[in-house]
Order: sequence, then structure tokens, then C-alpha cells
Amino acid sequence: MSEKEKKKPVPRQPMPEQEADIRRRNFDEVPIGYTEEAAVIEAGRCLQCKKPGCVEGCPVGVNIPEFIQLIADKDFTGAARNLWTKNSLPAVCGRVCPQEIQCEGKCILAKKGDPVAIGNLERFAADYERTQGTGALPPRQDLTGKKIAVVGSGPSGLTVAGDLIAKGHDVTILEAFHKPGGVLVYGIPEFRLPKDIVAQEVGFLERQGVKIKCNAVVGSTVSLDELFEEGYDAIYIGVGAGLPRFMNIPGENLVGILSANEYLTRANLMKAYRYPEYDTPIPKGKNVVVLGAGNVAMDAARTAMRLGAESVKIVYRRSRDEMPARNAEIHHAEEEGIELFLLTTPTQYLGNAKGRLTGMECIKMELGEPDDSGRRRPVPVEGSEFEMDCDMVVVAVGSGANPILTNTTDGLSLNPWGYIVADEETGKTTKKAVWAGGDIVTGAATVILAMGAGRKAADSIHDYLTIGW
Amino acid sequence: MFKIVKREEMANGTVILNEIEAPLIAKKAKPGQFVILKANEKGERVPLTMADTDPEKGTITIIYMVVGKSTALFKSLDEGDEYLDIIGPLGKPTHLEKLGTVVCVGGGTGVAVLHPITRALKEVGNNVISIVGSRNKDLLILEKQMEAASHKLHICTDDGSYGHHGFVTDVLTTVLENQKIDLVVAIGPVPMMKFVSKLTKDFNVPTMVSLNPIMVDGTGMCGGCRVSVGGETKFACVDGPEFDGHKVDFDELMLRLQAYTEEEKRCYDEFCKIEQMKKA
Repeated sequence: MSEKEKKKPVPRQPMPEQEADIRRRNFDEVPIGYTEEAAVIEAGRCLQCKKPGCVEGCPVGVNIPEFIQLIADKDFTGAARNLWTKNSLPAVCGRVCPQEIQCEGKCILAKKGDPVAIGNLERFAADYERTQGTGALPPRQDLTGKKIAVVGSGPSGLTVAGDLIAKGHDVTILEAFHKPGGVLVYGIPEFRLPKDIVAQEVGFLERQGVKIKCNAVVGSTVSLDELFEEGYDAIYIGVGAGLPRFMNIPGENLVGILSANEYLTRANLMKAYRYPEYDTPIPKGKNVVVLGAGNVAMDAARTAMRLGAESVKIVYRRSRDEMPARNAEIHHAEEEGIELFLLTTPTQYLGNAKGRLTGMECIKMELGEPDDSGRRRPVPVEGSEFEMDCDMVVVAVGSGANPILTNTTDGLSLNPWGYIVADEETGKTTKKAVWAGGDIVTGAATVILAMGAGRKAADSIHDYLTIGW
Repeated sequence: MFKIVKREEMANGTVILNEIEAPLIAKKAKPGQFVILKANEKGERVPLTMADTDPEKGTITIIYMVVGKSTALFKSLDEGDEYLDIIGPLGKPTHLEKLGTVVCVGGGTGVAVLHPITRALKEVGNNVISIVGSRNKDLLILEKQMEAASHKLHICTDDGSYGHHGFVTDVLTTVLENQKIDLVVAIGPVPMMKFVSKLTKDFNVPTMVSLNPIMVDGTGMCGGCRVSVGGETKFACVDGPEFDGHKVDFDELMLRLQAYTEEEKRCYDEFCKIEQMKKA
């Protein structure tokens, strides 16, 4: 072997996936996961930097080089346990985190080529432990006798619960839906995040002692003040955004137009994709349009394709560069035959006598001067109106703050958009012994940012319970 | 789990009453509010406005008509059986105020929702006239209860088998012509609420209706229950379920209620077939 060949770097191990033309019609998970061999080879690519940029890039500060070294050493259980010290949901994060702008974006190898596949390795270690591991629980500190209520069982609530149970507190999660997991169960589809995995991650917290009460709509079934009366010492609010935005254009209430929240909740939480085995129906559009270009829009479009649509179009008013979805999601969607209609916006919905959607009137846009968000503002091109046939539209243009809890709680300061005002470093709200984090503070963001907020709040709650407010 | 402590069949078995153990909800619920029920793991989330609550006993009562698979599934539950999930109380409670003379108009199973509101309106000191309608005598529900909750009760049947022969709007017209009415509350099938609202608009009498559109979560998250009220889109689950009848776009509501008619029929037929096979 020549000197030159020896130095040839090991390429990033590709993630095996279901073929696009097969997966576009089923709900099975798209990536299949690394084999042990591929994981060990990939782990071997890590340079074990002294000052790892990847850790800085991680909102919950996972000890990335450490867990990767454990994989390289074939101590997969050790790798999973190492992950748990910083991240209660590694099987979830390995699948849905935007690694390209976080850990992998800061990887030194990214400067010259492909970064270490940190997300794939995280997923590998978590899945190994889930399916073949010892099932041993992480250590728990001495019981403190302090009671904490966590409102909402999405990623931030689960993080808070996991952190505080490990610190010896008594933790109860209150969830408004009939199943725990928040956006992980109602929002993210099965083909991106299998629901069995969410159930296992939640079950893992329950085995550690976390209590979960479903069907509890805080603000309605029980108020925050009543929770304090019941003896809780601290409360964390992680209820998510949970208010769908519509476009407010004529015809929006025609049958066939749904919010992404409704469409995805029917498909994911209610398992309507398995209708009539499950009782909840879901509209099966032939020509489907999804408005918006974030991750939720990609999820909705790919769901519609799997439910048998003949065509699925993403209609977005800006250009490709401004699409907020992860590149990997856009790539997957395009591979599955989803078309992008960029620089286009609907101006009106068209319907028939039965009140059902038949099409949209659209107008082309062009990019003008940058707006407040720093992105170039889309402006309509005069005379470019055209009609687009469609029998179903999913509106995925973002969400706002759901007021059901905040309206019924005294002492919580809200910003002008209805989000809860919370200290950036600690998550403390203006109400004593109440913390908040995730989308109800920041507006719609990512799973991992919500988890990061949960981590900070959990630390602050622990300080409060052991030191004071 | 939520246990059924009492089950009754009404209107020839087409309408079912369930009194269910749900102490947290019973403690909180007020007239006009609804719950979402899910019978089992694969079941739908079904919104139903509560017909009664007993905070001391810790129970809530629902009364529903069997119209499809989910309600047929509910009907198959016996006393002692359990609902897997019940969520609530949801929606805004009825605004209760002493106004003077109030007319409560109910049709079909809408009477079940109307009853606690009627009782509460009487309790706060209103003179309450009730008008209750059904297709025939056998389908009439809660007659005695409505009688007790009102100062005066009128009954109408479409076929004339009991009470006034005709629609609730006939009797309502007479009432509106003969005395000053301060509020009309109308709860029943959408066409009934539509025509009552049309009538009371001519008489310029404020009118409140309670809507039950298709919804999933019931907490303002899905937007499936949107209704046009005075040209604005409202979510029935959190902005309602009660709205100003003069402003509701009932025609749109009727079309939206038919969104899943085909799927529902298929599912129900399938369920009935299986039930029949079980019996045979």
C-alpha cells in the first residue's frame, strides 16, 4: 500500500435508506440505521478534538467526542449512558435534530469535507440500547421530597422531567392529549420518528419514576394555582405553540383546507393513515397543495404522498434559499416526487356548490428589498395571476401561541404575540415558582432548542428547590 | 379510565344517556361546556356538550344520538364499562345573566345540551319559556326535566303525534308576537338553529346558539372547528361553542359538517356488519 493511499481519509458512512419510489407510499421509517460495522467506522473518523466545536454547537451540550469514542471502542451501552447524562431523548434527537447547523456544522472535518455523522451515531447508540441494551436505569440522587409539575409532555417537558427525576425530585407531567409526547406524537410523522420510539423514551422516564397524567388540560381541567394548592413546589410550562395560523384569504373555510396541525394530528396521533382500522378519518386529496416551506410543510407533503396523492405541490412565496426546512427534508421530499412551486402565493381559494375546494388562484412573486427578518421580501408580480387545480390544501405557514393556559393564569407576563416572557438563562417567568420554555416562549422552533430551554430551566428549578428563588 | 355508572336508552334506543365518573371535570364544568370522549385505543375523539354534572358525586352526564360508528361504539358500552379517555371541561361556559324573559328552543338531542342552560337561566331569576321539538312523540327526550327547568314548556312534533303539530319556529313566532323577549337560546340541528336565528333577527331579539362542528383536539390547536361568525373565522372549541346566532354562517357550517360523510358511512356500515355477525 503506497503512502498516498494510506492517508486517504475514510469517507463519511452513508445512512442506508428505503428507496424513494417505495417509501413514498408507505409510513415506515425512511433511514434504516447504521450497522455496528458502519457505526464503528464512522466513529473512527472523529478526531477527538481537544476543544470540540461540536459540543459548543449542541443546545444540550452532549459530550460528543466521548460518546463517539465509546462507539469506536464498541462499548455501545456505555455510549448510550454517556448520551443520557446530557440528553434524555437521544433516539429522538439522532433523528430530528438539524445537526448540519449544530454539532455537525461545527465539526472540524466539515471545513474540508464531510463532518462526522454525529446524528447518525447518536441514533445508533440510542437504538442499540433501546433494542439490545441492558435496560439499566441511570443513577438517581437521594430523594428530596420536592414536587414538580411539568405542563406539556413535548421535548422540553420530557427534558425537564428527566433532569429533575435524576436529581431526586418527585415529577409529574400533565398532558392535554390522551397520549404523551407532544409534537413528537402529534406532529412528526411515523416515517421520520416512529411512535414506538417516543413511547419507549417516555416509558424510560416512567421507569425512573416520572408520573404522567394525560387528558389534563392545564388552564381548564386544573389551573396553575390549583396545582400549587395540591402541593407542587414548582411548575414548568412547556405547552408548545399550538395555535394554527391561516392565510386569511377568501374561501379558507372550504372543505378540503386544513391546518398542518389538524392534518398531522389526524395522521400521527389519531393514526388516521390506518383508517378504517383506526376510527379517525383523514382527507385523501388527489391533487394536494401544501402552503409553506418549513419542516412541518415537508412532513405534511410527504404524508399526503403516502396517503396516495397523484400530485403534491409545495407552494412557497419566497425562493429556494429562504426555505426554512432542513436541506435533508427538502431533498427527501423532492426524491419522493413532491414538486416545488417557489415564488408563488395563493390569493383566493376556489370551491364548488358543495363547499369543497377545487383550486386556488395564485400570483407569482419576486424578491425585493430585505425585510425585518433579513430575508428579501417577496412582492407580487403584476399580471402574473394563474389558477392551480387542487382538491386539498394543507396550511403550514407557522403557528402562534395557544392562549388556553396563559389566559387563565394570573401573574404571567406575556409578550405582544401572547408568548410567555421568561428569562433566557433560567426560564424563570414573572410568576413565582413558575418556569417556561420551548415554543410557548420562543415561538415555533426545533425539538432540540426546546430541550435546551428545558435543560436550563431544570437546573434553575433545582437551584430554587435547594437554595431559593 | 372513566367508568359508566348509569346508562339509559331514550327515544326508542336511538339516544343514549351515560353518567360517567369524571371527578376533576365534574368539579370544574359549567353549563354550556363540552368534553371530548374516546372509547378505546383506536377510537375517535368525539366532542359532546355535557347534559349535566354532579360535582359531589364526581360524575358528568352525556346524552347523544347514535349517528355513526363512534356513537354506535359508545352505545355498545354497558354500565360498569369504561371510556379510555375523557378530556374537559372545554369551551367557554354559557354567559348567565338575569335579563327578563328568555325563550329556550331545543330540537332533537340539542335538548340535552339546552336543559342545564335552561335550568341555570331560571336559577338566576329569568322568566323561562321553553319550546322543544322532535320528529314524533317517541323521539322526544327530557320532557319532565325541561318542564321543571322552565316556567312554561311548549312541545312540538313534526308529525303532530304530540303537542303542537309543526315546527318550533311556529310556536316561537307566536311567543315573539305576543310578548317582549330579551333572549332566545336555540340548540339543536343546524337547520333549526338557522331558522330560529332568521326569525329572531326579524324581531330583533338577541339569540345564542351552541355549535358542534367537527374537531380533533378541542383546545384550539387544530382549527378544524372553524366557523364564520360575522365574517370572522372563529374556533368553536375555544371561542365558543356558543355564538351570536344572527352572525353565524349556518350554510357554511352545514357543508363543513359533511366533510367526512362518505368515510363515516363506510365505517359505520362496516361496524354494523361486524356487530350483526357477533350477534349471529
